[in-house]
Amino acid sequence: MTSMSAITQTSDLTNKAALIPLATERPAYYRMSGIEETSNVSSEFQEERSEVEVEEEIGYEDPFRYVFYRDRKEWADLEPVPQDDGPNPVVKIAYSDKFTDVYDYFRALLKNDEKSDRALLLTAEAIELNAANYTVWHYRRVLLQALEKDLREEMRYITAIIEDQPKNYQVWHHRRMVVEWLNDPSEELEFIAEILSQDAKNYHAWQHRQWVIKEYKLWDSELEYVEQLLEEDVRNNSAWNQRHYIISHTTGYSDPAILNREVQYSLKQIKKAPHNESVWNYLKGILQDLGLSSHPGLLEQILELKETHCSPYLLGFLVDIYEDFLENTLEHHEEVLSKALELCELLAREKDTIRREYWSYVGRSLQTKYGSSDSSTTTSAPGIDPGSASVHQETPCSS
Amino acid sequence: MESVSSPLRCFGECHTAEKYTDDGVETVTSVEQRKVERSIQEVVSVYKQIHSLPHTTAVFATMTEPTLLRDQHYQYLKKGLRHLSDAYECLDASRPWLCYWILHSLELLEEPVPTAIASDVCKFLAQCQSPTGGFAGGPCQAAHLAPTYAAVNALCIIGTQEAYNIIDREKLLSFLFSVKQPDGSFVMHIGGEVDVRSTYCAASVASLTNIMTPTLFQDTPTWIVSCQNWEGGLGGVPGLEAHGGYTFCGMAALVILGKEHMLDLKSLLRWVASRQMRYEGGFQGRCNKLVDGCYSFWQAGLLPLLHRALFKGGDSTLSLQKWMFEQQALQEYILLCCQNPAGGLLDKPGKSRDFYHTCYCLSGLSVAQHFGNMDLHHELIVGREENRLAPSHPVYNICPEKVAQAIQHFHQLPVPVPAQKEVSSACNTTADHS
Repeated sequence: MTSMSAITQTSDLTNKAALIPLATERPAYYRMSGIEETSNVSSEFQEERSEVEVEEEIGYEDPFRYVFYRDRKEWADLEPVPQDDGPNPVVKIAYSDKFTDVYDYFRALLKNDEKSDRALLLTAEAIELNAANYTVWHYRRVLLQALEKDLREEMRYITAIIEDQPKNYQVWHHRRMVVEWLNDPSEELEFIAEILSQDAKNYHAWQHRQWVIKEYKLWDSELEYVEQLLEEDVRNNSAWNQRHYIISHTTGYSDPAILNREVQYSLKQIKKAPHNESVWNYLKGILQDLGLSSHPGLLEQILELKETHCSPYLLGFLVDIYEDFLENTLEHHEEVLSKALELCELLAREKDTIRREYWSYVGRSLQTKYGSSDSSTTTSAPGIDPGSASVHQETPCSS
Repeated sequence: MESVSSPLRCFGECHTAEKYTDDGVETVTSVEQRKVERSIQEVVSVYKQIHSLPHTTAVFATMTEPTLLRDQHYQYLKKGLRHLSDAYECLDASRPWLCYWILHSLELLEEPVPTAIASDVCKFLAQCQSPTGGFAGGPCQAAHLAPTYAAVNALCIIGTQEAYNIIDREKLLSFLFSVKQPDGSFVMHIGGEVDVRSTYCAASVASLTNIMTPTLFQDTPTWIVSCQNWEGGLGGVPGLEAHGGYTFCGMAALVILGKEHMLDLKSLLRWVASRQMRYEGGFQGRCNKLVDGCYSFWQAGLLPLLHRALFKGGDSTLSLQKWMFEQQALQEYILLCCQNPAGGLLDKPGKSRDFYHTCYCLSGLSVAQHFGNMDLHHELIVGREENRLAPSHPVYNICPEKVAQAIQHFHQLPVPVPAQKEVSSACNTTADHS
């Protein structure tokens, strides 16, 4: 699913529909829970019978044939609890028989507050049917602790589940809990890297990675990892964010040597791929606290790049430098303002027209804030009721 | 009111020039982007062919302008409100969401919900309410802030006394306290994860049902602001990449709490304005990722919030007619690229329809059609006038009348007194599993 439908912690239905595993692909815990007990009939006697007769005799069924919980002898003591949607259900899902059966028994376990191994096995089935059921995950965690289960085995389990469904909130949260209980992050960086190798921008993966690194102080090799990812895809915005994360939490950007290194690194990436928005945002992001206009020689370098590596991002960056200059310097206001307004108008009219309304606004704001009061294209001065319609407010900045 | 019958932006000469420039450096990002642009180009080209045929028959005449397939969407929504296929098993822990997505879509289409169905929704949501407060993803599940948000919104859309009476306000308040963290954040459910969605869900339901106490959101604004990063947008938790969904949640929560000025609004504005795709016209969720119809709301929906915040802050240079994004381009993307001919809306061409995308594509279409600033209202409808949707409240994403009505109703009731200790520091232990 897109990480956006994550807002509602749901999964992409397209992907889900395609992922119906065959019985043979199911993990071991599934097969074992479906098998009936075998009897003690001697093998000599069995050989003379047909397969079906043998099966019927010993009650041993095809291990790949699913058996509903309602038909399992070892669950006969538990009364299933059907879902109560109320009298006239809405948004009623046409659950498969299997789904209904598993969840009827899950509700029964919950009702009785049963803490047992069979309950644990059932949670795995319930999770497989809907890995977004956070109530089941919570119950599973309660069971793991109450039954003092082997958490190393749980790590293996959650690893497999995440590989299969890496865009689900619950699976990552569960892994975090198990790592915390074990107090062992040793597998994490490698595991997350493996998931990122399949989708280098998986938001949950990055969230887990940042948590592990911060919690267990695993900063040392992360910058190297980020550089590797940026080598592979210099447009990976998640990697640029991670770069910022690491540096902010280790050396920081106040050391001029570090800042300069990062500026040089960024300019190098810009030259390679000038239309990569991420690097321009990064460059601005690291310089804005100090002030874009304060970095010596930067304006000159950008103006140089404008000739050979121009892009809407470069032009926007120039606007930002000029704006910072206007904010922090008292001289040359008219000249700098004029250049800034010219760029805003160029962006709005030609170079970045999808953001026409935005660049027009920026131009008007600069004009209002830094323009002299007798300028010919004044917008309404502060204090005038903005509720009065004014065509001038729509006029693009002067060229 | 402005009605754009032609020309469409995507038919313009300059449109092709807006395609992605990969500078000769191919990476996964640029390859994926170009694939999407090719599919959009295909859609536009097919549409253009139909558009330019002589209007000899009535069938073709109706295709000349982008058309919202109202009837088809209505049938899809009407059916889904009652029955869903087993493909929806993965949403079995999100059924209040299904109620909200469908009811909100119907209200945007200005289709009334029959009284009987509305009452059935109320009764169902009552089954989803937890005995300890808040709403769960389905009957007998644990309370969770996301379905709580969805349930309260759905009940407010219905807006009857029956609907309002379903909500147990006292228990809801104690649920909110039970998920509140000392640092100002909220976990999504007992034993669950923290991220900025939870603050929006909590602030939304608390403000609508009038259960806000002085301490409920203590330190919450500071925590939300700490999610704003170097890009200007907000991540799910501090340190993470800026993302449209989380940014909307954080900003909307701050607006509810009256603290939106704690954010760097200028850099947020730059970030969100930059998320509109120059070729596709729709929005991406994060920098250098792909367009998706649902961001038509999460991202574009930030601009009304920013407009209001900047205006409140004394900005006199704001437009009086338009939001700071390309409204026409977004409408074209939704109408041409995000509709399933059999009803329902979607992420992008080639993807399946679903009720989540139906809700948020329509919500985004509404934002793009309606500009409102105090007593000013300016409409820009791409295609026929029949494409017009109802306006939606930019904070709650239900119709403004329903917001006003709910607030009016619940403000007649006293704020409940919290029964237990106000902030539970032990509330994220795994031992508790009500």
